[in-house]
Parts: sequence; C-alpha cells; structure tokens
Amino acid sequence: MEESEAELISAVLKGDRAKFEPLVAKYSPRVFATARRYARRESEIEDIVQEVWLKAFDKLGSFRGEAPFEHWLMRMTVRTCYDFLRGHQRNRESSFSEISEPEEDWLERFVADPGHAAEDADAARLLINRVLEKLAPDARLVIQLLEIEDRSVKEIAELTGWSVPLVKVRAFRARAEMRKILARMTKDKYL
Amino acid sequence: MNLAELQRKLTAAARRQAPDERVPYAFEKRIMALIAERAAVSGRILLAQGLWRAAVSCVAVAAVCGAVLFFTPASVDNSNDLSQDFENTLLASVDQADTAP
Repeated sequence: MEESEAELISAVLKGDRAKFEPLVAKYSPRVFATARRYARRESEIEDIVQEVWLKAFDKLGSFRGEAPFEHWLMRMTVRTCYDFLRGHQRNRESSFSEISEPEEDWLERFVADPGHAAEDADAARLLINRVLEKLAPDARLVIQLLEIEDRSVKEIAELTGWSVPLVKVRAFRARAEMRKILARMTKDKYL
Repeated sequence: MNLAELQRKLTAAARRQAPDERVPYAFEKRIMALIAERAAVSGRILLAQGLWRAAVSCVAVAAVCGAVLFFTPASVDNSNDLSQDFENTLLASVDQADTAP
C-alpha cells in the first residue's frame, strides 16, 4: 500500500532517509518547471532544483504539516530561485544589439500594426525572456508571479516572505522598470 | 510606439509558454545519493570534532597537573611522607607479631 505524504515525512524525520525519495520523484516536475522560469541553462536549473531538495531535507523538521507539503516546497523553490537571480545579475548589463532576426521582425510587425503581432509567436517569447533577464531580481520575481503566473498579491507575499504592502510597492516599481526597458529596447532599434 | 500594448502582448506571450516539467533521468536517485554522502561526511566531521575536543581537554588537564607538580615545592619532612605511613599501616600487623613475646 502506498504511504501518505504525512507518513513519508514522519518516517524521514525518524531517520528513514529512503522515504524521502518518493517525495523527490513526485514533486520534482513542479520544482523543475518553476526553476526553468528563472534560469536558462540546464546546468543552472539542475543546481537550483538540487539546492531546493537539499534544503527541503535539512529543514523538513520545520514543516509543521498545517499546509500541504507542496506549498511549503514551492515557497522554498521560489526563494531559492530569487537567491539565484540575485547571484546571477551579469545578464542585465548586455544591450539589445544582439536581438535575433525573428525578434526584430516581430517588433517591426508590432510597430506597423500592433494587432498583427501574434502573442503565440516564438519571437515574442524570446523577446519577453530577454526583457525579463534585464529586470532587477525582485522586479523579475514580481512580474513573473503577478503578471505571468497570475498569482494574487497575498499569494506572492506568502511565497516570497515579503509583506503585502512591500509586494505592491515592488510590483509598481517592476512594471515601471519593465516599461523603461521596453522603451530602451525600442529606442535602440528604431531611433 | 504604444509601450503599454507592447508590454501586454509580451506578457501574454510569456503566459502562453507552457511550463516545462521535464526531469532528468534518475534525478531522485542523484538527490538521495547526495543526501547519503552529506550524512556520511557530517558523521565523520562530528567524530573528528569530538576527538579534537577530547584531545584539547586532555592536553589542558595534563598541563594543569604538570604546573601543579612543577610549582609545588618538594617536601623534605619525613613525617609527611605518605609512602612511609602507608608502609607502616600495611606492615603494622607483622610488626606487632615480631614484637610480641
């Protein structure tokens, strides 16, 4: 018979390390999906996920079981991704001169007729990833969670450990920063 | 250019990106191996720390005993000779037997 999550966690806490493996197998797809939103290289993604699971194992004693294990794990994942962003800010320095041809075409189509530029185009996805990489870590996290994953301010506060007013302030600043980056990108290309 | 519209379009493009949930082959085994390795290393570290602490305490006790012995003047008074007293006590019954008529 398959053991419940609570039973697995309690067995791990009693010293049966092997019981941690089913938890890793079950939740790794979600942790990988989250990490892929913040890191591009597969080696970096694997490092983030590895760090999340090692932290989860070390801090399992602090899991009180009041909320689902997945929520606790996702909080840890988001915070590890934020730490990763803070440690890897080198990409923000680059200019927009390296925009690929399809991205340039997409932007030209948008300039000519905004309704004509498809949202599902690969070029649009490449462009938004480029813009996200230029945002400050806190701005990127807020834009990702609030605008892209469509989470509420309260949820973001719980995930990040920030207060609700702080999330609101950071969201306001993040949107402004994103507009500034878009303005710079279009200025680089069209002025 | 309408920046607000560009922002909306690009955000919508990001939202359409399906999350990639691929997990490398046997990733959970790798994590379990790392956890086991760390546990073994931390066990060895704990043992080494314990041994070092024990060694330091032994050296400290030896140093204190040495200092006490070094700074305590040697007694020349035989009345305080413990070894003599000990021997007298042990051989008291034999002495009594010898002196008895």
